[in-house]
Amino acid sequence: MGEFKVHRVRFFNYVPSGIRCVAYNNQSNRLAVSRTDGTVEIYNLSANYFQEKFFPGHESRATEALCWAKGQRLFSAGLNGEIIEYDLQALNIKYAVDAFGGPIWSMAVSPCGSQLLVGCEDGSVKLFQITPDKIQFERNFDRQKSRILSLSWHPSGTHIAAGSIDYISVFAVKSGSAVHKMLVDRQYMGVSKRKCIIWGVAFLSDGTVISVDSAGKVQFWDSATGTLVKNHLIANADVQSIAVSDQEDSFVVGTAEGTVFHFQLVSVTSNSSEKQWVRTKPFQHHTHDVRAVAHSPTALISGGTDTHLVIRPLMEKVEVKNYDAALRKITFPHRRLISCSKKRHLLLFQFAHHLELWRLGSTVATGKNGDTLPLSKDADHLLHLKTKGPENIICSCISPCGSWIAYSTTSRFFLYRLNYEHDNISLQRVSKMPAFLRSALQILFSEDSTKLFVASNQGSLHIIRLLEGSFKHLHTFQPHSGTVESMCLLAVSPDGNWLAASGTSAGVHVYNIKHLKLHCTVPAYNFPVTALAIAPNTNNLVIAHSDQQVFEYSIPDKQYTEWSRTIQKQGFHYLWLQRDTPITHISFHPKRPMHILLHDAYMFCIIDKSLPLPNDKTLLYNPLPPTNESDVIRRRTAHAFKISKIYKPLLFMDLLDERTLVAVERPLDDIIAQLPPPIKKKKFGT
Amino acid sequence: MAALEEEFTLSTVPLGAGPNGLLGVEQSDKTDQFLVTHGGRTVILYKVSDQKPLGSWSVKQGQIITCPAVCNFQTGEFIVVHDNKVLRIWNTEDVNLDKVFKATLSAEIYRIHSIQGTEPLVLFKEGAVRGLEALLAEPQQKIETVLSDDEVIKWTKVFMVFRHPVLIFITEKHGNHFAYIQTFSSRTLSKYTLFHGQEEKSVIQNFTASVDRKFISLMSLSSDGCVYETLIPIHPRDPDENQRVVRSLLLKTVVAGDARSGVALTVLDQDHVAVLGPPLPASKECLSIWNTKFQTLQTSRELPQGTSGQLWYFGENLFMLHGKFLTVIPYKCEVSSLAGALGKLKHSQDPGAHTVPHFVNWETSRGYGFGSQNSEQSKRILRRRKIEVNVPPPAFEQLLSTIKKDSEKDIEVELCKFLAVKRTPDFHTIVGDIVLELLGRHTTEPSFYPRNSLMQLIQTHVLSYSLCPGLMEAALEKTDVQMLQLCLQQFPDIPESITCACLKIFLSISDDSLQETEINMESVSDCSDPVQEKMDEQTEILQNGFNADEQNCDSCDRKLNQKPQDAAEETTSCPVVPKRAALLNAILHSAYSEMFLLPHLKDIPAQHVTLFLQYLYFLYLKCSENATMTLPGLHPPTLNQIMDWICLLLDANFTVVVMIPEAKRLLLSLYKFVKSQICICSELNKIEVSFRELQKLNQEKNNRELYSIEVLELF
Repeated sequence: MGEFKVHRVRFFNYVPSGIRCVAYNNQSNRLAVSRTDGTVEIYNLSANYFQEKFFPGHESRATEALCWAKGQRLFSAGLNGEIIEYDLQALNIKYAVDAFGGPIWSMAVSPCGSQLLVGCEDGSVKLFQITPDKIQFERNFDRQKSRILSLSWHPSGTHIAAGSIDYISVFAVKSGSAVHKMLVDRQYMGVSKRKCIIWGVAFLSDGTVISVDSAGKVQFWDSATGTLVKNHLIANADVQSIAVSDQEDSFVVGTAEGTVFHFQLVSVTSNSSEKQWVRTKPFQHHTHDVRAVAHSPTALISGGTDTHLVIRPLMEKVEVKNYDAALRKITFPHRRLISCSKKRHLLLFQFAHHLELWRLGSTVATGKNGDTLPLSKDADHLLHLKTKGPENIICSCISPCGSWIAYSTTSRFFLYRLNYEHDNISLQRVSKMPAFLRSALQILFSEDSTKLFVASNQGSLHIIRLLEGSFKHLHTFQPHSGTVESMCLLAVSPDGNWLAASGTSAGVHVYNIKHLKLHCTVPAYNFPVTALAIAPNTNNLVIAHSDQQVFEYSIPDKQYTEWSRTIQKQGFHYLWLQRDTPITHISFHPKRPMHILLHDAYMFCIIDKSLPLPNDKTLLYNPLPPTNESDVIRRRTAHAFKISKIYKPLLFMDLLDERTLVAVERPLDDIIAQLPPPIKKKKFGT
Repeated sequence: MAALEEEFTLSTVPLGAGPNGLLGVEQSDKTDQFLVTHGGRTVILYKVSDQKPLGSWSVKQGQIITCPAVCNFQTGEFIVVHDNKVLRIWNTEDVNLDKVFKATLSAEIYRIHSIQGTEPLVLFKEGAVRGLEALLAEPQQKIETVLSDDEVIKWTKVFMVFRHPVLIFITEKHGNHFAYIQTFSSRTLSKYTLFHGQEEKSVIQNFTASVDRKFISLMSLSSDGCVYETLIPIHPRDPDENQRVVRSLLLKTVVAGDARSGVALTVLDQDHVAVLGPPLPASKECLSIWNTKFQTLQTSRELPQGTSGQLWYFGENLFMLHGKFLTVIPYKCEVSSLAGALGKLKHSQDPGAHTVPHFVNWETSRGYGFGSQNSEQSKRILRRRKIEVNVPPPAFEQLLSTIKKDSEKDIEVELCKFLAVKRTPDFHTIVGDIVLELLGRHTTEPSFYPRNSLMQLIQTHVLSYSLCPGLMEAALEKTDVQMLQLCLQQFPDIPESITCACLKIFLSISDDSLQETEINMESVSDCSDPVQEKMDEQTEILQNGFNADEQNCDSCDRKLNQKPQDAAEETTSCPVVPKRAALLNAILHSAYSEMFLLPHLKDIPAQHVTLFLQYLYFLYLKCSENATMTLPGLHPPTLNQIMDWICLLLDANFTVVVMIPEAKRLLLSLYKFVKSQICICSELNKIEVSFRELQKLNQEKNNRELYSIEVLELF
């Protein structure tokens, strides 16, 4: 199949931000996740847990609460005191409203979805009316003594419960006055702690209020009488989050020890109608604080400081025991953070607030499979480019020739020219960017580095010609009338004639750059695109979807290729379809037109279209070299998918030249090493 | 899945056709070498894998070999009989049979049997059996007549059962068949009448047998083409009485009903039989392998040139006459799967279809299995169920009525009959009912204690405590330790109070009474083996215990004060007699819940607690003698069980144990030992940590480099 020299890169010092909030939307089966740096990500749980959208973070916008309102609207609130609504089509912030109550700690949408409640630092609970295009302040509830850390509506919408420090208040929504005030015991295992913070409350339809607090307790209160009904001490540390299922027959809490507990309402004895809450299952999928939990109808979702998003399906709710019932742990973003200049062997790493440019080393030695070759030149850190302002970088790209770098934040677009003089490089910013180039979702350079393609968040695609030190706007493809959906993925053909662009849900559009018009639209497929690329010479567009299907579409012929039809007819190997990370990059071999290179986080694969396709009985992944087998057997068992799982977690892989690959790995241990230390737990014998 | 491999012909010389062509094939003491006796004058030793003869011997003209040559596995010599009465014994170096050892006996020999592990056995035509050594010592000794007039031996076979040979032979007299079982351990000959059951008119044509625990499973091929099974107990309750055994249908119509000759049957293993004969009236003769468990035809091989109705099976080879040549067909039986037996050949599950598993419907699936193999054979499927279902109830009713009024002996006989019949699905409840019935009579009539019957029922392995409550209580009442041991081993659900009551009895029962009982000793190996030897040597001190040291410990409470022993010395010998050890091991093995057991443990008298602790301490020491921390033997108590019981005993009786001076020394040495063990453990802990760090360093070395260029080859 081929021997490659692989530049195995582990110096991409990327650490994802911790998860602060998760919000599950039952109607669209989507999950919104906010991180400590203010980033908000949208996962489509129906599309193989694909992270289909994201809103870049902002230094001053620490999100403390996240919720979905009626009509698939997403709101967040944070310590800057603002309530923000996100535009899920254009992928930007619709508006921000200051609640004038100091930092906002909690937010809850009313059961009917038309009212929004926020809990503020000053102890106020503010009610907002959600209007079709905005939110409007309605009134304040009785002010409390200290900050409101958690809020929950009664399903009927008549009462709310608000968790504060040391007590829980129950308000009547109509009057806005506190009906009950339930004091929480400060005592923690006999020792009086200074304060007991109510991290979460949940109001059930039978009037029970469940609270979780910093003393490690899960408590059940009767809101009618304001009395404590039941007390579960479940942790030696804070219990930080709670989420109740829609049926109110189970709920989940997350603790600072990294444990997630499942509580279920079960009959006291078999066939008796009397039921009680029982702690049924503990899950320890996290090492650090579980800051947020959600309860979908079939799964427990948790996330926290250790940056993993864990989706744990409930086996009793899963109808078919197949691969979907397996635990999912999502750590890395489902988009590329790395771009590569093949010509100069450069790698551009994108971080939240800076870019790093590295030059790969080299070797003159050769070796056999598995050898580590002695380096004649080590990798160099060439550049550290810090962004200005508080905004996170959305996307970045280095041109294939290595002389251009472009990146974008929410409000600004930056283009730099790099000059190489022997070992020195100089950086020169291209000033006076046009006004329309403010924010980009995706940036791409053409293969000859003469053109720059920018997908803006208004759905338009800009083509810019790059000249020595300057640029010229060539054309803008406007979105189709009526759609404002942004394009997230771009691919350009190596001959520079075709540009393919894909949005989050609509199909892939192919533009003819020569004639500057839309060439065709690839038939719509109901799973989002995770990666696309156009093959040299043939101009075949290869599209990977989140359900792990790969299509090959001939742009000149405007139809799927024969190979694509064959593989769709036969179907992919079941193990291929069961992979749980999306393909994030596709590339091609310059000399072997039949090869397609693609990778996800745990494997990289070369598809050789000339070989027969594997069926479910053949071994998909065969790491062992066929040493002692005869050539006949080797030919008989060879199939199109050549898979390597040596490099993982694999964030980027590309072909530098015919015989050289670059693989960027980010070992989980390195990420863990950079996280704050977890709560120390005494282990026996240590 | 059973499979027949490519056949090959062994003898190059054509044999005379018919049963006279070939007298027999027997194993020799070397693997892969077989003695083939030609009807007439020749014995040839073949090496089967090479398909060539290694030696050939003939008797003089005028003499005729009357019984197949066998190999004496103990000496490696060969034995053959000519002219019915003359024994010839030789080995491979001998050339001429005329010059070898000769012994002329006083009676006519039917067969000589020789199997591994025992001396050859000579079966005379009159039914007497002798060991070869005894015969050779006095060749002209008088041989008694066992069989009646006109009774002739039709078939015979010998088995090894618990290291003793058991010989079975079948005789016929006026169309009736009788089975004789000669056991050599107890030197008993028991006779059974083979009861034909419903199929009176059929004539038995061929026999084969296998042995399973306590029964010989005798299979017969009848002229109606069906295979029947008869279970004959090896150790009969009443050897003198002529007992009847009923046969049950095993396989229906495996050969054509009217086949007169060339029909043979042999057992291959637990579940497989080989049948030789024409499968259909008009068809050619055929060798077929049947699975008796699933009643399926596994494989078959046509023998177009006919065969003689003789079939031998040794070491994966089937021997038969095919035409005029001795043919060998190697036979392999791999572990068969249910799917394989059903003919369901789809091995890999379709990964796309993650549906609810569908269960095999046995009623319908039996048919499918055949359909895929050979559609024309499907009509020969047998539904054995019908026969099964209507046999047990009468036997059961009869048994229940016997239990109500008859003597213990009668009950045993009836029970034997009942157990000989094939098991039904609700067998365990029926057995439970029988036990309850027996116990019911025991309560009303205390002198009635059908111990043997109960033991036999427990050994069916289907009983549990809850199926027969009261059984263990009755045994406790009778201090029947053997039964209690059996119950502890067999029942999964004994309440802790009963376990504790058993423990009390096991600790308190006197050594004398233990001596009389028969106890399963398989859990005690290490301390019993030397003990057995000592018993043989020093029979004079047997009454008091089993040796001098034991005596000391047995009455520790008295002696310890007078003569303090060195701790090490004390622990090297078992503090209890092996029989008691076996009983205590049964306790250690039993399941319990700590919470329920502890209150009962408090009731055990102090000296018994000490004794038990001593025994546990002994086991603990024994355990720690080897690296794996296990005891030798078949089912020894595990270290965890031992530790748990030590803790339990100390927990329950802490105050008592601390108070008794006798236990002080024991506790002290136990403590010392535990402390030393903890020292070792902590050292191990340290070593483990260092190793772990080393391992980590190793891994880090591989992974920590931030940048490297590697070579990757994709295949």
